[in-house]
Amino acid sequence: MAVSTRVVRNLYRDSVSLMQLSAALAKRPGIDEASAVMATPTNLDLLREAKLLDGQVDAGVNDLLIVVRGDGPAIKAALDEAEASLSRGPEGAIGQGGVAKKAPRSLAMAVAEQPSANLALISTPGDYAAAEARKALNLGLNVMIFSDNVGLASEIALKRLAEERGLLVMGPDCGTAIISGVPLGFANAVRRGAIGVVGASGTGMQQVTCLVDRLGAGISHAIGTGGRDINHHIGGTSTLRGLELLAADKETKVIVLVSKPPAPAVAEKILAAASKAGKPVVVNFLGADPKTIKGRNLHPATTIEDASHAAVALAKGRKPRPVTRTPSARVGFKPSQRYVRGLYSGGTFGYEASLLLGAKLGAVRSNVAIKDEDKLDDPWTSRGHTIVDLGDDVFTRGRPHPMIDHRLRNERLVKEAGDPTTAVILVDIVLGHGAHADPAGEMAPALRAAHAAAKKGGRRVAIVGFVCGTPADPQGLARQEKQLREAGVILCASNAEAVRLVARLVPAEKKPVKKPAKRSPTKKTKKKGRGR
Amino acid sequence: MSGLLANKLEVINIGLPSFAEAIAGAGGGVTHVDWTPPAAGDRPAGEALAKLVGNPAVEAANKKAYDAYLSAQPRLVGVGIARDVVPGLEERMVLHAGAPIDWARMCGPMQGGICGALVYEGWASDLDAARQLASSGAIRFDSCHHHAAVGPMAGIISPSMPVWIIDNPVHGNRSYSNLNEGLGKVLRYGANSPEVLARLRWFETTLAPTLKAALEVTGPIDLKPMMAQALHMGDEMHNRNVAATALLFRKLATAMTRSSAKAEDVAASLEFLAANDFSFLNISMAACKAMMDAAHGVEGSSLVTVMARNGVEFGIRVSGTGDAWFTTPAPRVNGLYFPGYSIADAAPDLGDSAITETCGIGGFAMASALAIVKFIGGTPDQALGYTQAMSTITMGRNPGFTLPPLNFAGTPAGIDIRKVVDTGLEPVINTGIAHKDAGVGQIGAGITSAPLSCFTKAVDELARRLGL
Repeated sequence: MAVSTRVVRNLYRDSVSLMQLSAALAKRPGIDEASAVMATPTNLDLLREAKLLDGQVDAGVNDLLIVVRGDGPAIKAALDEAEASLSRGPEGAIGQGGVAKKAPRSLAMAVAEQPSANLALISTPGDYAAAEARKALNLGLNVMIFSDNVGLASEIALKRLAEERGLLVMGPDCGTAIISGVPLGFANAVRRGAIGVVGASGTGMQQVTCLVDRLGAGISHAIGTGGRDINHHIGGTSTLRGLELLAADKETKVIVLVSKPPAPAVAEKILAAASKAGKPVVVNFLGADPKTIKGRNLHPATTIEDASHAAVALAKGRKPRPVTRTPSARVGFKPSQRYVRGLYSGGTFGYEASLLLGAKLGAVRSNVAIKDEDKLDDPWTSRGHTIVDLGDDVFTRGRPHPMIDHRLRNERLVKEAGDPTTAVILVDIVLGHGAHADPAGEMAPALRAAHAAAKKGGRRVAIVGFVCGTPADPQGLARQEKQLREAGVILCASNAEAVRLVARLVPAEKKPVKKPAKRSPTKKTKKKGRGR
Repeated sequence: MSGLLANKLEVINIGLPSFAEAIAGAGGGVTHVDWTPPAAGDRPAGEALAKLVGNPAVEAANKKAYDAYLSAQPRLVGVGIARDVVPGLEERMVLHAGAPIDWARMCGPMQGGICGALVYEGWASDLDAARQLASSGAIRFDSCHHHAAVGPMAGIISPSMPVWIIDNPVHGNRSYSNLNEGLGKVLRYGANSPEVLARLRWFETTLAPTLKAALEVTGPIDLKPMMAQALHMGDEMHNRNVAATALLFRKLATAMTRSSAKAEDVAASLEFLAANDFSFLNISMAACKAMMDAAHGVEGSSLVTVMARNGVEFGIRVSGTGDAWFTTPAPRVNGLYFPGYSIADAAPDLGDSAITETCGIGGFAMASALAIVKFIGGTPDQALGYTQAMSTITMGRNPGFTLPPLNFAGTPAGIDIRKVVDTGLEPVINTGIAHKDAGVGQIGAGITSAPLSCFTKAVDELARRLGL
């Protein structure tokens, strides 16, 4: 048995706290007796009487004295623990004293409360999103920036910082991601599986993940990059990081890359990285010539649907084949009815539709047209074959996004049906987290009114649509499809399938059929943010 | 590699709450932030803040500054005459509370106190002459804080006044404060009548020498243990000092009787100290000043080392921004007013006593001073809430100052300008309220807060100094 003391200078503790400390020390293995006291003369005398103190000790009334008797090695540990516990906070929760615990008020506070956090999801107004993203990166978090209206300079700076830190930035204006089965932003409830997705387009990724789910396969992770990632200013930083992450991910067997065509130099970099992923990569650069996508392990796909089917085939070890399935439908049109009117809520769907229909029907005008001559001069009024992206700024100013608020599209539906030149109306219906709780229910009255408006003019219109969603989505795929069918919508499985049907339905023009649009890397078509 | 895909997804959600629900519904970990635009929506300041958050240089500087604050050991070592002990206090110079301010812009109580001090010093024959002298430019005015000093309310310290001397042997710095005059007509509230000046002379001739003699008997008195004990006795040492005053009195009384002081001076001095619940306030403030000065001057640190009000502007200083003051118009205190007075009669927030909150006591330790929550217009739960809320803007808790109602957690201490600007949560301050006219005195008390814009300016400057 040995006795040892330690003095903590100028630290006051009340006697009850010190008795508790003494008791805790005495219970330690190898400790026979322990006492922690303020070093007053009286207390020192008590220690001497208890034979815990021999002679003098260099401690005053304001100093805290710890005395321990026990086995040699246990003593130092006990004294260390005693000293540490004095500078530690209380054991267990700090009393709230009837005060309710409040939510953290800053990112830093939230990280302090949840130290295992590995991602910040930022959907603040765009003005503040870059600052929050920078904080998140500084604190070691990966970032998804759902917010739009973040400046290009900020995006460059954030992605550079992320690169330095080995972190991922998804966005800005990244609408969709799924990480380890957890939906982030506007995402669908899809099965988990072996297919990983990297995408610069939110609805494009929703389409891939939903089609994969519909085909019975599943998603490992879906990594969004934001629409600007693939331009020459950013250089594909997040796309490359996403590929790298999925390449290293054991769960991921096949990767799908979906975006508008990157700037040529960026495309080259991305394709080079993709071909080194060590697993098959299906590439869909919307509207790009598939011949430009060459490399080991690379599988070009013309449509998002093809990309999804190819991924599922590759995951099952089969050879991918282009999808050609088209449902049969027949509608008798009047001679005046010559045009398709696409009313889209998903920007990528509208963009893909105008590409695919342009190839089949000739000139298709759109507010998101690739070529200037196809630009719709008044997005509020259709002319000839028309595809309208209702998520465009011009429609969302002061109004929620059409995936959330269907009023504008409902009005337009009835208006188009009343136009004697309209033959087919094409719509998308997007389900999932973030979308309206019952899109079909919202649209049904307008769909019926549209049919009625055509009938009033002695015509019939075809309304062709597809639902981007899964059975597990909050809205329920089957319930939504049933309501839509009952309201007179001819449903397809995908955007591409709907487009094929439309092309079959629309009466043939006399004009010659155009070649598919060539890749046009300088084009800048903004992907629109949703609901912000 | 970030390990994002291999580990369980744990999300911090900032913005739309529905996203957090979707994450939780899918089994992801998620914490939703109760977010508002930082810096009250000032975007450039918000960008500057973002560069400071998680910045390794700032974190390292803060650790150094905060450790210095925690390890400081203020001791009461004596009483001296200001001209002999306060560094840089020259003849024809008067120190005041808060950031530096010109005579013409000073508030009523500060001008009144200065006029009293000029007559007390014998530099002016009467108050009219004093006013002329003060406005003539022949007197230099300076902030107490530029001289390691603090003073409550107007905080007037002139060369002949006695001051408490606090020594911090750990870092080798000293701090000073004047002696508390009690309540009623007092110089710190701008009163300057003959009885006020007579009391100041009695301080100089009788009280100060007697205290000095007593402190020679006691030797240095360690203040942190005494303050820790007073916290357990219901003081927060800003608006309530009765326990600390009693603890001090206990030491001084016995020492005085054994000292060389005359029996009648001992009796008069003890009577004065015993009659004033605020005797300890100025010592508390100077002790806090000594602790905060120990932490000042660490380049890169975002620790607040001064919060002070001159009756016109609220000002703060920050460890990593050198001598700079960050000021904004001082708010009027929406507190409880004595009968016959209202907020319309109040001078804007005044005094150096917010050094106590800067140091983690005062309003930050409201949880220990439940007896005065009514006085500051609240309930006990509110008092605990104030202390808990402050822990969100501080660097830590001071293990030397524990709070029984919060399970003996330390007081939240070490205000971080980054946390203030990020959360928009302003530091709370317990305070007395002075009448806007000189000499009327205290007309109420309440709880107020340090304005956000001081902290926003400080964030801008710290980022600029760090080249961010």
